[in-house]
Amino acid sequence: MKPVAFEYCRPDTLDEALLLLEEFGADASVMAGGMSLGAMLNMRLVRPAAVIDIKRVKDLDAVRINGEVRTGATLRQAVALEDAALMRAIPLLALALPNVGHFQTRNRGTLGGSVSHADPSSEIPLALVTLGGSVELQSKRGTRRVAARDFFLDILTTMRQPDELLTALVWPKAGPSSGYAFAEIAQRHGDFAIVACAAQVELKPDGSLASLDFGLGGVESRPMVVDTREFLGNRADADLAARIAASTAAAVTPMSDFKATADYRRALVAALGARVLADAFSKAGKAPQ
Amino acid sequence: MIRLKPGRHAVTLSVNGKSLTGSAEPRTLLTDFLRHELKLYGTHVGCEHGVCGACTVIVDGRAVRSCMQLAVECDGAKISTVEGLAPDGVLNVLQQAFHRHHALQCGFCTAGILMSATQFLAGHPDPTQDEVKDMLSGHICRCTGYYPIVAAILDAAGELRTAKPIHKETP
Repeated sequence: MKPVAFEYCRPDTLDEALLLLEEFGADASVMAGGMSLGAMLNMRLVRPAAVIDIKRVKDLDAVRINGEVRTGATLRQAVALEDAALMRAIPLLALALPNVGHFQTRNRGTLGGSVSHADPSSEIPLALVTLGGSVELQSKRGTRRVAARDFFLDILTTMRQPDELLTALVWPKAGPSSGYAFAEIAQRHGDFAIVACAAQVELKPDGSLASLDFGLGGVESRPMVVDTREFLGNRADADLAARIAASTAAAVTPMSDFKATADYRRALVAALGARVLADAFSKAGKAPQ
Repeated sequence: MIRLKPGRHAVTLSVNGKSLTGSAEPRTLLTDFLRHELKLYGTHVGCEHGVCGACTVIVDGRAVRSCMQLAVECDGAKISTVEGLAPDGVLNVLQQAFHRHHALQCGFCTAGILMSATQFLAGHPDPTQDEVKDMLSGHICRCTGYYPIVAAILDAAGELRTAKPIHKETP
């Protein structure tokens, strides 16, 4: 199918983009790489009056690494993967990105676009939520930061207001002794994950669990982080990994769809989760790659 | 800032080194613009949602889906399509390897795979079989099977490493 007729707007500056969003509000679709929006336009799942193409907005793809890491909304996934300093600063993103779509879609797709789209099985939102990052939103009314764990509300639904533009993702910089792991199960490599698991771990010198962020994608209607406080202080080994994954699998309420039943997803959380947690435990205490 | 109302607008692209102009609505997909306006029918239209890879072309040096971008988005861009691989009707090294290895039957997916492989080999002159398979995961072939395609790409990579650079990255 082909998109409906719409007005095409290509702002050169952030201010122009925000003025357009103020003018069109919910009647506009913001396009960066178009790897999600393009498909939705073609299938007429969205029928916007205007498409605002922010790809050429000056400096909107900038990367800034200091105490935290700020990635501009239009930073392409392929460009991020090629940025060695960025991948060292966010090791979990480096593990997740090769699973995002395919070589050909990462060439065009952006970090900000994936987060704005808010598919519950997407890897970039999962990485941002797991790390406790945030989203920067700007409008003519001002700028605000929203924690990623609050930003995602439901399938394809976020806290972004119709006049707001997602301008950047803000990532905590990796701790020198944190351990990271990521894995997913998809029908083909590069397809949407049936279940994706991500973990950030810190250990105490005696090898017990000091902190754990265990994130799940593709399970419920938004990327989620599991409450694992009851397991802190235990020896971080394969047995603990399996126990945490099993307890998580019992607690989640997975989706059922054409790809997998809720029971299958629950089994994946237990099996894949145990593997990912054990992997993160084994990497913690060592310098990030 | 550019604002284009629904209706037709001139779009100019550099395609295979030539500046070509046609008219497109804001909603016209790059695939349809290449085929119906510029009459370059080598680029195929498959799923129209970025999954099958048949429409893959190279835009500003990167292999991308032409079905998920608008012609007006690409105004001024440098685009390489399958027609540019054999400008004088002589198959290039990669195409000859596809021929030799029977890496195509119906050919529907071939144009897209050739364009992905062209960018891929420019950045990976000595790829492993797994790297080739990972790159190919962005394409669906329903009749040939992937093994001849993997073999052809690995063979072309070897030939490109040893032979004189008769195959260059297309403009």
